[in-house]
Amino acid sequence: MNEFPEILRFELGLYVDKFVKWLVNNFGDFFDALGDSILWFLMKVDTVLHYLPWWLVLIIVFLLGWRLKKVSTGFTFTFMLFWVGSFGLWSLMMDTLAVVLVSTFISIIIGIPVGILMAYRSKMETIMQPILDAMQTIPSFVYLIPAIMLFDLGRVPAVFATTIYAIAPVIRLTNLGIKNVSTEMIEASYSFGASSWQTLIKVQIPQALPTIMTGVNQTTMMAVSMVVIASMIGAQGLGREVLQATNRIDIARGTEAGLAIVILAIIIDRITQGIADKFKIE
Amino acid sequence: MSIHIKVENLTKIFGKNPRAALKKLEQNMSKNEILEKTGQTVGVNNVSFEVEKGEIFVIMGLSGSGKSTLIRCLNLLNKPDKGKIFIDGENIVQYNREDLRSFRQNKIAMVFQHFGLFSHKTVKKNVEYGLEIKDISREERSSIANEMLETVGLEGWGDKNPNELSGGMQQRVGLARALANNPDILLMDEPFSALDPLIRRDMQLELLDLQSKLKKTIVFITHDVNEAFKIGDRVAVMKDGEIVQIGTPEEILSNPENTYIRDFVKDIDRTKIMQAKNIMYKPSPLIFIRDGLKVAMNRMSSHGISSVFVVDRERILQGIVTIDDTIEAIKSNKTLKDIIRQDYFTTDEETYVQDLLPQAIETKYPIAVVDEKNKLLGIIVRAAVLSGLVD
Repeated sequence: MNEFPEILRFELGLYVDKFVKWLVNNFGDFFDALGDSILWFLMKVDTVLHYLPWWLVLIIVFLLGWRLKKVSTGFTFTFMLFWVGSFGLWSLMMDTLAVVLVSTFISIIIGIPVGILMAYRSKMETIMQPILDAMQTIPSFVYLIPAIMLFDLGRVPAVFATTIYAIAPVIRLTNLGIKNVSTEMIEASYSFGASSWQTLIKVQIPQALPTIMTGVNQTTMMAVSMVVIASMIGAQGLGREVLQATNRIDIARGTEAGLAIVILAIIIDRITQGIADKFKIE
Repeated sequence: MSIHIKVENLTKIFGKNPRAALKKLEQNMSKNEILEKTGQTVGVNNVSFEVEKGEIFVIMGLSGSGKSTLIRCLNLLNKPDKGKIFIDGENIVQYNREDLRSFRQNKIAMVFQHFGLFSHKTVKKNVEYGLEIKDISREERSSIANEMLETVGLEGWGDKNPNELSGGMQQRVGLARALANNPDILLMDEPFSALDPLIRRDMQLELLDLQSKLKKTIVFITHDVNEAFKIGDRVAVMKDGEIVQIGTPEEILSNPENTYIRDFVKDIDRTKIMQAKNIMYKPSPLIFIRDGLKVAMNRMSSHGISSVFVVDRERILQGIVTIDDTIEAIKSNKTLKDIIRQDYFTTDEETYVQDLLPQAIETKYPIAVVDEKNKLLGIIVRAAVLSGLVD
């Protein structure tokens, strides 16, 4: 008898299922309101992105590349983005970008305060550490299930699932950054009669900023990788293009959409990294 | 002199349950036993001392002796578990949060071992930090900061990043930042330990120089005996969280409390601590200018010496005569005035023995210690100076 005894089976899944259903039943209104506000925000960003003329986007990306790195980087970015446009995927790329931007924004808004709290309260850290580990190791598809249950199909659950998946790095690195500020610097601040708040705002956050920005960069990258998966629950954009191509074994479309995602990822990564570098303290 | 800081029975324990450790301390349990039994560290144990206004009070001890813990109690970066700290007569241990902030903003400032400068701010913004916390206007902040940078000799460096400066310059910024708030008390936690020896010496001298103008009350931490004795008006030696001896450098040197202190000060270069006044003898014998050659002759032979200083009625030093010259003069009927020599060295009371070495090596006569009116205060025999080299 090498089988695990049936009698010891504990069906955790059932309880999670019950919990999510309980959430939907009792907090349906809350999640509807939350979903509506996410959608409203997403629509605004989406509208702006689609409103921007393609050549203006190319110019902006060129300028960013040039300012943050060098002129040749600017040219490379522009050329790569032009290429995506020439695949006929411009509008889909903007859909994807909107979800990435909104998810990243929500991640930062929630992640930085949580990271700071973790640095201040060791209990908070003890609680958050395993949750963060779980969030990063659970296969990303799993997030899709509660996302659908809470927000139905569409772009809102995509934002939700993407945020959950992508938020961990910004929390972790904020925590790390705040904790690594030298004790002497903090003591110096307090020794001049600064309050905890003043010390946080004037010393700890500026000192931690390069690390926090690295976290933001990683969060953005994870958001990009998640939007592809989130297309399975109705996110429009490049992800759905890849998904459909996979289903139809359409090599041509798959290649183009796949390349477009890679290009989008590279450009976003280099730009956010460039911004992070600007915060580095010599 | 008035008492500025008064510390009474101060105890600081690091750990989760200081009260239990306190109880064990009262039962005369040792620091090590408490660490073993309760896992708590006694940082400072029942320390009392007083610091006078305008004094440089040095706390000296090896690492782990509790000196940094103690200095951090004085601005409550460490909250003491027992005892009282009176500053200007107020027990600061009882301060609430607001009192404490205003106390730190106005009365006390600290300089750190590794400078504690904010690397995301320019040098000038660093100096302004204490003022920024106090909500002082931008213009006033800027003018005070400029003034402070000038005081420490860093004018024109304000826009640099602290990391672009050398160690010595960084610590000047630390000092300027501390002085910007115009505190009465300056806490200096091993401020020069991270600097190389040459820069350290310059900074020590500059601090003394600055102190002679500013007259702050300074509590200075160091592990370096030479530094302690050079800078301190008084020195407290700490060991295992307790103060073993408090006194002026000369007191500690000449009267070490126990073998620990004796070992501690063994390596010290006495010539840097001892001043002329510490090693001079009462000027006897002496002869007055109106005394004749015979008197001079008698004095020298009865004391078994070969030269003697000559003074006038007000004890103003006139010169020196030697036994050989005196004998010669008596034979050839000269007077005392004819044979007075001027080729001796003089010094003042405050001169360090170290600085007398070159004269002691060169001269044939004792060195005369005189005041500013050239009045003879004492004499130093060469042996007393040169023996400092061997001792």
